[in-house]
Amino acid sequence: MEKTTIKQDSGSLIVKGISYVSITFFALVCLFPFALMISSSFMNEQEIVREGYKLLPKEVSFKAYSMLLGNSTQLVDAYQVTIFITVVGTVLGLFMMSMAGFVLNRKDFKYRNFFSFLIYFTTLFSGGLIPTYILMVKHLHLKDSLFAMILPGVVGAWSIFLMRNFMKAIPDSLYESATIDGAGDFRIYWRIFIPLAVPSLATIGLFSALGFWNEWYNGMLYMDSPDKFPLQYFLQRMVNQTNLGALINSGAVINTADLPTQSIKMATAVLATGPIILLYPFVQRYFVTGLTIGAVKG
Amino acid sequence: MTRVKLAGRNIVREVMKNKVLFLMLLPVLLYFLIFHYAVMPGAYVAFVDYNLNKGIFGSDFIGLKNFEFLVQNGDLWNITKNTLLYNIVFLALGNIIQIVFAIMLSEISGRWFKKVSQSVILLPNFISMVIVGVFAYNIFNFNSGFINTMLAGAGLDRYEFYSDPGIWKYIIVAFKIWAGTGYGMIVYLATITGINHDLYEAAYMDGATTWQRIRYMTLPILKPTFILLLLFGMGGILKGSFDLFYNLIGTNSVLYPQTDIIDTYVFRSLVGQFNFSMGAAVGFYQSLFGLILVLVVNFIVRKIEPDSALF
Repeated sequence: MEKTTIKQDSGSLIVKGISYVSITFFALVCLFPFALMISSSFMNEQEIVREGYKLLPKEVSFKAYSMLLGNSTQLVDAYQVTIFITVVGTVLGLFMMSMAGFVLNRKDFKYRNFFSFLIYFTTLFSGGLIPTYILMVKHLHLKDSLFAMILPGVVGAWSIFLMRNFMKAIPDSLYESATIDGAGDFRIYWRIFIPLAVPSLATIGLFSALGFWNEWYNGMLYMDSPDKFPLQYFLQRMVNQTNLGALINSGAVINTADLPTQSIKMATAVLATGPIILLYPFVQRYFVTGLTIGAVKG
Repeated sequence: MTRVKLAGRNIVREVMKNKVLFLMLLPVLLYFLIFHYAVMPGAYVAFVDYNLNKGIFGSDFIGLKNFEFLVQNGDLWNITKNTLLYNIVFLALGNIIQIVFAIMLSEISGRWFKKVSQSVILLPNFISMVIVGVFAYNIFNFNSGFINTMLAGAGLDRYEFYSDPGIWKYIIVAFKIWAGTGYGMIVYLATITGINHDLYEAAYMDGATTWQRIRYMTLPILKPTFILLLLFGMGGILKGSFDLFYNLIGTNSVLYPQTDIIDTYVFRSLVGQFNFSMGAAVGFYQSLFGLILVLVVNFIVRKIEPDSALF
């Protein structure tokens, strides 16, 4: 008897030991690129040119940030564009999706299965990038319009079904008593369901907002004017550019020769990810709920 | 005929009765009709010689010529092969690593450690792939990348990552795993924590070792989730992670032979060579076979576990 307990303990100790070590190692791997990006953004340009990006630079320099914040109207534009599409897209999307979720959950709504399938089918088959592009540009005339970055991703099939499932949890009796009191459908939705659905709205809203914040693809496809580039696309162009002078404020008084090119790239990346990393600890649990519920099937 | 009329009248009556409900559904319906259903007929562009002025339906019909060309020049085979191989590796390796980490997380007891490490591992899931591209630049570029800094510091030669297509296979897979482990791990962890605690207790009482418990209890319980995720993953095996590939590889054509997937090919045909019909042909091929794959997978899932089938 005693022997088995000892054996047990050593076995579980080994498993525990391996687990702690590997999880710690992988967590460090996950953090490493962020740490390298942040430290690189504070590096002195000469040190980068001479020796390269480092985790622990010899000296700390704020030049990249002062240069960026002092001169770049384009960065400010990009921030404004991203904030605009994030706010408008998320609010619009939540409104549309919660109404749809409400209707599709109503058992007295006759065609709900048909409409659900209509929505679902779009996840199985798509017309493809090129017909989409032709539609967006030739027929909807959305080229160079901020709505080209809002509308294509404003609602999602899975989010609608997630919404519908959340609404399922709200008891029918609530809705029945409201009908008896003479409340109309929209009133019931707005006054009763929305307040009760706040946690689910928060979850889906956060996913949606994250999607818009990270948007670059439609910006790359449809935006022509540099002042309409979203933050991530602005960053992508900056990293791929060797001559940053053109991307920083054009009429600026800066001498392009001593532009801290390499640290500016990383500083822009830090400014583009910053809000996510800062908000992450507070909103993380909503994401986890969304992930686990979403994974269990819509 | 009369039946159709009757059905039509029923719909009208239904709409009149539930005006408000239909109005509330309308915005979402319009979205799907415009941005999804209106696009579908446009897939016809794959069968024409697209002319910008004549439009999709005015251009000359050329049948399967676009497809023939793609098969003959070997492009279709190459990008299909790459897409399939990458996705198989992503799926197999990704799921295994996610399961291993989920089990390890469930075995440790420190609550604070658990919470923090979980958050940290999930973090890469939330950043844009553009940032991942920045990370790659930060680590791998020739003149100032972290690895070359280390190599140079150790007195070794710098390595030109951006002109070696072979190495990017591993870098792409590494970043995919890096970004996706947290998500899958949490899904599997939720399944493990769903296991009745009494069962573990009983196993402990019966003198099962930790290894036995993992081998004979945890793994079998994860098996259905694993098979399902794998199967549904197979359904999407022709869909490429455009975000990841484009941000890592970009327009560096030296790397294409081993890193070009269907989605990057279609994208290039749109922005680069402006060969709409050729790109659309590839896109249509991807959508069609993707649909068939999902139907097949769903059929299999319904056979083995009806409750988990999608439809």
